[in-house]
Amino acid sequence: MMSSEETVFEAIRSALGGLEEKTPLPDYDPAMLVAEGRLEGGSLQEVFGRNFRAVNGTPLSRTADLIALLEEGDFGFGYCDPTLGNSVGRHLEEAGLEVVYEFDRDRHNEYRFGITVATGAIAESGTVILNDFETSDRLAALSPWVHIAVLERAEKKIHRTLPEALAALGDCPNVVWATGPSKTADIEGILVEGVHGPGVQICLCIDSY
Amino acid sequence: MIAKRQPIDQFAADLPRERRDSVAASAARTTESRVEVLRQDYRDPDALRRLAGQIKQHTVEHLDEYLAKAVTQLRSRGVRVHFASDAKEARSTILQILREKNARKVVKSKSMATEEIHLNEFLEKEGLEVLETDLGEFIIQIDGDTPSHIVRPIIHKNRREVAESFERHGLGAYDDNPETITRRARRHLREGYLKSDAGITGGNFLSAESGRLVLVTNEGNARFSMAANGLHIALVGIEKVVPRDQDLGVFLNLLARSATGQQMTVYTQFINGPRSEDQPSGPEEMHVVLLDNGRSEVLASDCREILRCIRCGACQYVCPVYRQASGHAYRAVYGGPVGAVLSPLLAGKDFASFADLPKASSLCGACNEVCPVDIPIPDLLLRLRNRAHEAEIASPGSPPMTSFARLGASPKLWRTAMTASRAMNHLPIQMLPVKPLQDWLRVRELPEWRGGEFRKWMKNRGDSKPVGQK
Repeated sequence: MMSSEETVFEAIRSALGGLEEKTPLPDYDPAMLVAEGRLEGGSLQEVFGRNFRAVNGTPLSRTADLIALLEEGDFGFGYCDPTLGNSVGRHLEEAGLEVVYEFDRDRHNEYRFGITVATGAIAESGTVILNDFETSDRLAALSPWVHIAVLERAEKKIHRTLPEALAALGDCPNVVWATGPSKTADIEGILVEGVHGPGVQICLCIDSY
Repeated sequence: MIAKRQPIDQFAADLPRERRDSVAASAARTTESRVEVLRQDYRDPDALRRLAGQIKQHTVEHLDEYLAKAVTQLRSRGVRVHFASDAKEARSTILQILREKNARKVVKSKSMATEEIHLNEFLEKEGLEVLETDLGEFIIQIDGDTPSHIVRPIIHKNRREVAESFERHGLGAYDDNPETITRRARRHLREGYLKSDAGITGGNFLSAESGRLVLVTNEGNARFSMAANGLHIALVGIEKVVPRDQDLGVFLNLLARSATGQQMTVYTQFINGPRSEDQPSGPEEMHVVLLDNGRSEVLASDCREILRCIRCGACQYVCPVYRQASGHAYRAVYGGPVGAVLSPLLAGKDFASFADLPKASSLCGACNEVCPVDIPIPDLLLRLRNRAHEAEIASPGSPPMTSFARLGASPKLWRTAMTASRAMNHLPIQMLPVKPLQDWLRVRELPEWRGGEFRKWMKNRGDSKPVGQK
C-alpha cells in the first residue's frame, strides 16, 4: 500500500502529466519590490525611526529616554535579558526601577516591561528583527505590555530594504519580524493595539552593551 | 413570478439589513486603503501582481519538485513532516500527534485550512480542549458561528453583537467599546495560552529553498502560541510552497497590502525548526502536516490558476455580490469570488450543490483587478458555468435561454430580429400578461428599442479608422 506521502505526490504528478507548456520561473530584480518613497531622507537610523513611528513604534536612542517613558507610564517592574545587565538593566535599576533577569512564567501578569536583544531592523518597513539565538526568552518579548528591543550599533544592523533583510535571514530556525505593537481591527475595523503581545513596542538603539 | 432562486440569491435576499451594512462598509473601506498603500509605494503595482502570479503559476506547475524540496529541507532541520490526502486523514494525523505527546489543551491561531477540515469540532469530540486565539475567530468560536471573510472572520458582526456575546460567555458586563472587548480577550486568552500543551497554526508560505514556514498575524497570536507551549503543529495546503526565500518578498509585500491595506503585517515569523537549544520558551517539537484535500484534483483541472491564491481576501472586499450577500451566502469555508471558484472544485462529487456560486457574478472583473497573484477569476467562473451546463445542472430562477441561444447563433436570424423588434416601440408592452415582465417593468422603464443601429453604423463608416491608428 502506498503511504500518504506517495499518494499525494502521485496525485500531483498525474495532475501535471498532461501539461505541455509550463510557465517559467520569472527572472526579476528584488529591488523592484522596494517602496523607494519610504527610504528618502536621512541616515538609515533616521529612516528606520520614521517608519517605525509610522507603525506606532517608539524609537529611542538614549537609555535616559527609556527610563523617563517607563516612569511616566508607571511601568515599574519588568524583565531584562541578562546580557544587558551591565548596561540597560543597571541604568534602570539605578533609576529605581525593579528589574529581574529571569523570566518566571508564573508571574507573567506582573511584568510591565520586557527587554530583549534585537538582531537587526529594517528601515523600509520600520521592522524590528528578533531571532531565537539572541532573544533570551520568547515570552519576555511578547507578554509584558511594553517590549523594548535593544539594538546595538544600529547603523550596522539596520537593513535598508525588505529584500536585503530576507537575504540575511541566516540559519536561525526562528526569526520574527515585529512591525509595531500587536494589533487588531477585527471589530468594525477599529484599530486596537495590544491584543496578545505588547501594546507599546520600543526600539532602543545604543552604541554598545 | 420567479418561483425559486439560486441558493446564494435566496441567502442575499434574506440577509438582515444591518448585517449587509456591516459587510459592505468594512469591505469598501479596506478596498480603499489597499489602493492607497499600493499607489503610494509602487509606480506600477500591476507589474508586481503579474510577477507574483507568474511565480505562483510556475510553482504550482512544478509542485512535485518544489514540495519535495521543501520537505527535504524541513526534515533535515528536525521538523516532522506528514502528508494528508483528505480532511479525514489530516484530522487523524493531528490527533495522533497530540495523543503521542499527551496534549489535552490546544490553542489555535487563525487558519483556513483547519476550518476546511473542521478540526475544532473533531478534536472536541475526541475530548480535547480547543481555544481559538485570533480575536475574530475567538468570537466566532463562542458564538458557534463560522467566519464570513478569510482575513476578517467577523466582518458581518457589529460591536453590539460582540459585546453581547462576551456578556453571555461570562467575560464581563455589557460594554461595546472595542478596546474593552480586546482587553478582556487578552486576559482570558492569556490564561488559555499558558495552560496549553500544543499550538496549531496554518501557514501562509513555505519556502522550498530553506523549508521556512512563514506565518503572519497582526495580533501576535501565532507567536504567543509558539512561546507558551512545547508542541507546534502546522497544517499547510500543498499549494503554499514558493520557490525561494527571495520570492517571499514579493508575497509578503502584496499580502499585507491586499489583506488589510498595511505595508507589513505586524508579526511575520520565519520558522524551520523547533526552538533553538538555549531558548527557554517554545516548541521542542515541530510538525508540518501537508494537506491535499482536493488540491491535486484542482491542479488537474482547467482551473488550476486558483491554486495561486494567497488568501488575502481582497477579491471578497471588492466584490459587489459579496458585499450584498456576505460570506455565509457561499455556504462553504471560502466565500466571495475565490470561494465561488474554489468551493465547487473542492466539493468533488458534490459539485452540483455549489454550482450556483460561479453564476452569482456579473463578471465585472474587479476580483481579477485586485488579485495580488492576478488570478483570472472571471475566466474561471465561466469555465465552471460551462461545466455545470455540460453536467446539465439546473439553474433555478434563470429564464430559459434556449431560443435566445438559437437566435444568437445565426447572423441572419439575429439581423431580422434586431430590426423586427422595433415593432416593440409601438406595442403596449405593459399590457402583456407575462408575470416576470410585469414585475420587471414595475420598477424600471424599458428604453426605446434601437436594435440594428450598430450594424448600420459599421456598414456606413467607410474607411475611417479609429483615432491614433495609421
